[in-house]
Amino acid sequence: MADQKASTSIEAVESGLAAQGYIASRQIATAVYLSQQIEKPILVEGPAGVGKTELAKAIAAWRGMKMIRLQCYEGLDEAKALYEWKYAKQLLYTQILKDKLGEVLGGAQTLHAALNQLHDFGDVFFSKEFVEPRPLLQALEQPGGCVLLIDEIDKSDAEFESLLLEILSDFQVTIPELGTVSAITPPTVILTSNSERDLGDALKRRCLHLHIGFPEQRLEERIVESRVPGIAQALRRQMVGFIHEIRSLDLKKLPSVSETIDWARVLVLLQATELDTEIVKDTLNVLLKYEADIEAASPQVTTFIAKAARSNVFG
Amino acid sequence: MRENLHRFFRAARGVGVHVSPAESIDAMRAVAQVGISDRALLRDALLLTLAKSQDEKLALGDCFDLFFSQPEPRQDQTEANSEESASQDVDQSPSSSSASEAGEGQPPEGLGPLAQMLLSQDRNAIAAAIAGASGAASLSDIRYSTQRGIFSSRILDAMGLQRLRDDLDALTASNPALAERLRAALDALREAVRDTVSQGLALYAREEAENLRNEILRNAPLARIERRQVAEMRALIRQIARRLRERYSKPRKRQRRGHLDVRRTLRRNAAWGGVPFLTAWKRKHRDRPKIVALCDVSGSVAQVSDFFLLLIHSLHEVVDDVRSFAFSSHMIEVSEILEKKSPGEAMAEIMSKVGFGSSDYGSSLVDFEKDFMGTLTPQTTVIVLGDARSNNLDPRADILRRISERSKRLVWLNPEGRLAWGFGDSEMPRYATFCTVVRQCATAQQLERAVSDIVATYQ
Repeated sequence: MADQKASTSIEAVESGLAAQGYIASRQIATAVYLSQQIEKPILVEGPAGVGKTELAKAIAAWRGMKMIRLQCYEGLDEAKALYEWKYAKQLLYTQILKDKLGEVLGGAQTLHAALNQLHDFGDVFFSKEFVEPRPLLQALEQPGGCVLLIDEIDKSDAEFESLLLEILSDFQVTIPELGTVSAITPPTVILTSNSERDLGDALKRRCLHLHIGFPEQRLEERIVESRVPGIAQALRRQMVGFIHEIRSLDLKKLPSVSETIDWARVLVLLQATELDTEIVKDTLNVLLKYEADIEAASPQVTTFIAKAARSNVFG
Repeated sequence: MRENLHRFFRAARGVGVHVSPAESIDAMRAVAQVGISDRALLRDALLLTLAKSQDEKLALGDCFDLFFSQPEPRQDQTEANSEESASQDVDQSPSSSSASEAGEGQPPEGLGPLAQMLLSQDRNAIAAAIAGASGAASLSDIRYSTQRGIFSSRILDAMGLQRLRDDLDALTASNPALAERLRAALDALREAVRDTVSQGLALYAREEAENLRNEILRNAPLARIERRQVAEMRALIRQIARRLRERYSKPRKRQRRGHLDVRRTLRRNAAWGGVPFLTAWKRKHRDRPKIVALCDVSGSVAQVSDFFLLLIHSLHEVVDDVRSFAFSSHMIEVSEILEKKSPGEAMAEIMSKVGFGSSDYGSSLVDFEKDFMGTLTPQTTVIVLGDARSNNLDPRADILRRISERSKRLVWLNPEGRLAWGFGDSEMPRYATFCTVVRQCATAQQLERAVSDIVATYQ
């Protein structure tokens, strides 16, 4: 029974994401389903432009949740990711309340009493009012839950990873002055990485590891169909076939799904009905982002078009 | 099923996927969610929870396929035999062969359970019995290929081989045809068990074998490793490089939280009459190593230089700048060759340019002083790798002194043991006076320590 339920739920995930224009492979859908069931974050790895960030957006849209995004970069620290004291506000308040301070303390007869009053006063300034929640804390404070996207985690420092551990495993953070803040509803956490740096095992252990590679031809056709509805079926099949041929080359940066979609849009704009050498050479810069890559690919264009056309007939 | 999953985790550790207890719990939970009826789904779920990188994913996928494809008992042979026996049966009972088989398949009373199972040719029962027996013989403890025989016999014993032998002896006297069939079935069974053990070896013993091999490789003298081990050594060097990268690639600037930079804070807040609305914190600046490597590529040192250059050049994230020079009788720069070509090709090209000469440290140092002295800055670590055997030519230690004065550190790595330094044409003692550190560096382990120390001084 449980098995039956699982596979139907995974299909539900697939169709739910598809409704948001995200065509997920079975593996992706399984990962999303499992992360929901056993409350674990997903660590998504893969080349740039295969839809890692899109996945988080699609999940948020499908579940009707808010998406909170934390973009990582070298030097990101807890003040920018977790919380920060509103220092300027604290300072401003003390300046404004200077007179009030005199009044409050004026009532005290002894030094001891004044000190006691001052103690209460200090707590006022280190209260929730003066905490500036940054994305991670915001995500924990969403009453209805949210999708927390920690983008390009590999760009951050190793120390930042350690900071994430508490949030990822227990969905809580500890602020020394306030205590531990637990999530109202555990957020769905998606981490993305371009494998620029090897992540720590402690972080990986806490996540489901999902690798999104370049999609298969059929899947990519469906993706293009959903993203660029205006494109004719024959052209779509041909261009996806062409891109798969290009990916077999040894290039600096292989074209990924986002480039396929861009190219499909360009072809629609140019009102192409089928691929020919002329139009491909003119628009190759949409697909390939390095001069050297374009030079390497251009001599092959004609053969690739022929191949793509052939697979079109038989496929 | 839980037993099976535990065995699978062990197998996963065998292929190098580290499965901690916490991860196995997660995997169990995931499996409980998805169920076990859909194999593809189970595979996805296990891959998601256990693997932590793409490589691990591939390895684990293969492991999964291997693990859940139980070797079937060899059927073809028994079938051929049973056909034979069936044709014999035809003489006795000319009814349809299947019926005769069924009749013949009815084992005589008094046979042991194993004999009955083999004669009835119940594949599933046999496979299950093998699986059960390999559990009893704790096949998952197998570590080395030499243990194959002992595990096979243990499994067969657990299945009741002794009883079968007795049956066989009894049958040979009473019913030779049936005994023949049983013997054939036993051979098939042996083969199936051998396959099971081989599979077990492939599943469970990989980690141990690999660890052992790596351990031996790490301590083997680099200069004398065999040709077939070169590729493995390269892989090991890459592993070392990765480890060093992970340890030392840290951001160059970092905020030291809690240390207020008073000067910058005051300057920044001048507009508010010095009330510090904006704070500035002290930063620490850290250098990354700049390395100039001079490598002897003559004769016996060449192999060590090869691995050393490979290691140094795979440390991009840790090291700011590496310039490499190779020499035997004269010196050339090889940084570009190493950056552009694959390790094997690069070394071949370097060797064709300067290798195989008799080494002359003096003239090589003269070459360096003439052309490349400008590459040295006070931040540079100079690493010389060589045996300092200069064929009794002028060692020109004065140039080494000038190199030492211009750089941050001068490290000499010598593949020879300390005992050999200074004997024969070795100029090591004379060079050593100008070096910050002199180390022996003959094995991968020593190489790792040497490079690790060099990088660590910049932290």
